[in-house]
Amino acid sequence: MSAAEHILPDASAAEQRAAEWLERRACDDWSETSAAELEAWLAQSPAHAVAFMRLEAAWNRTTRLAALQKPMRRASAKGEQSSRVPVLKIAAAVVVTAAVSVGGSLLALHQENQTFATTIGGREALSLVDGSKIELNTDTVLRMAEGSSQRKVWLDKGEAYFDIKHDAAHPFVVMVGNHRVTDLGTKFIVRQEGDRVEVKLLEGSARLDANDGAPSQTAVLTPGDVAIATANATSVTKRPVKELANDLGWRRGVLMFDHTTLAEAVAEFNRYSRQKIVIADPQIAKLEIGGTFPSDDVKLFGRATHIALGLHVEERGSTIVISQ
Amino acid sequence: MTEPPENGREGRAHATMTVSEARIWFVAEVLPLESVLMQYIQRNWRNQSEIADIRQEVYVRVYEAAQREIPEHAKPFVLTTARNILINRVRREHVVPIEAVADLESLGAAADEPSPDRAVMAREELRRLQMALDHLPPRSREAVVMKQIEGLSRRDIAARMGVGEETVKRHLTNGMRALADFLYGEPTDLRKKP
Repeated sequence: MSAAEHILPDASAAEQRAAEWLERRACDDWSETSAAELEAWLAQSPAHAVAFMRLEAAWNRTTRLAALQKPMRRASAKGEQSSRVPVLKIAAAVVVTAAVSVGGSLLALHQENQTFATTIGGREALSLVDGSKIELNTDTVLRMAEGSSQRKVWLDKGEAYFDIKHDAAHPFVVMVGNHRVTDLGTKFIVRQEGDRVEVKLLEGSARLDANDGAPSQTAVLTPGDVAIATANATSVTKRPVKELANDLGWRRGVLMFDHTTLAEAVAEFNRYSRQKIVIADPQIAKLEIGGTFPSDDVKLFGRATHIALGLHVEERGSTIVISQ
Repeated sequence: MTEPPENGREGRAHATMTVSEARIWFVAEVLPLESVLMQYIQRNWRNQSEIADIRQEVYVRVYEAAQREIPEHAKPFVLTTARNILINRVRREHVVPIEAVADLESLGAAADEPSPDRAVMAREELRRLQMALDHLPPRSREAVVMKQIEGLSRRDIAARMGVGEETVKRHLTNGMRALADFLYGEPTDLRKKP
């Protein structure tokens, strides 16, 4: 019996447990809870970590066989799954009104009359005195109204997560371009890209209606709803709330993917980095990848695609080129 | 408002991983050295039943070091770690003659060949993956192919194989272990298993 054997668990036992975790992840419904359990097991001993990494890496290599044997890859999982239900066709403005009640006092913002901006890759959390929270994602500009009786912010660009305390007398308003989101106490994400505004509802319920002075059309948003408003149309899509929660990984500095196409994952990463990733071969754009990646390390993501999907990754000046 | 299909996961090639600097380095730089490492350990250690534990000990030390700082050159680092571990074991156990661990340098020098071009590497990788599959026990191979290439759920695999899900689980976990042993442990130039 050597000293090392007292320190390290039996290699074969660790490997068997690692295989069981990997099998579970490949086969079962894999939730954030399961992922946390796995992470805890991995953290227990470096012997667990190395055994798991080794099996995972070999297993991931075999996905390449599938990718190459099945050139007819499916379209984007998200595109496929979401059957878009157009509920509204609106010319301009949109109002989201939520209906959760918490008795509240008049808001006086911590920082009045201010602009908050994050750089590419930056992140910022704001706490309001009424207990509401706003978190800004990468490359975002948010302005706050000065101490009027109205709770009002302007999302000039980027993405923010809102966790708003309800005050019936003082609805919380987010202005996004021409659109207007009014929340009465819920958790939601607003993201702006060009003239496209996306509202994802995580908790509570919300009302969405046109805001051209005389609201005419209304939809009730429930948790899991994703509303997308452009200049001339609005649609609502249902997604599992668990999936929406994955979209909030950025709040702790990670991007979480699950059956995400390489094209989508790269587009996400490019929001966070000045150094941009380019996919050179259209054929590989639909390969899928999953996992948890630090959002601030675009090179690491590039290397991960090399390891997981066997792709060629090359740094060319200010870009990272991924090819077959 | 429609729910996404329950079987949304099926039928797709898909790789999942959790990424950190040390993990990426370990997978990209250290695991490919496994056949060299195994040869080194096998050549220098008599008790074959301890080989797997020694390999794990090497990996643990190397990974722990990488979490503090990524070593600049993986290969000498891994082999030096292996040598130190073997020497320590020799000292503790007084069994293996110490000169047995002396051929490190010759081994280390041989491995820094120029890398072949990408097309060759891609073909070689595919061939190797195919070989790894071919070496699996038949029932494991069946389960792995249905999971990894056809993207079936565990339940569907069980139905097709006419066994219970626990059995499928066993075939898959055995398959995963055997795949790693073949893909990392077998020397690249060995075409056949003994």
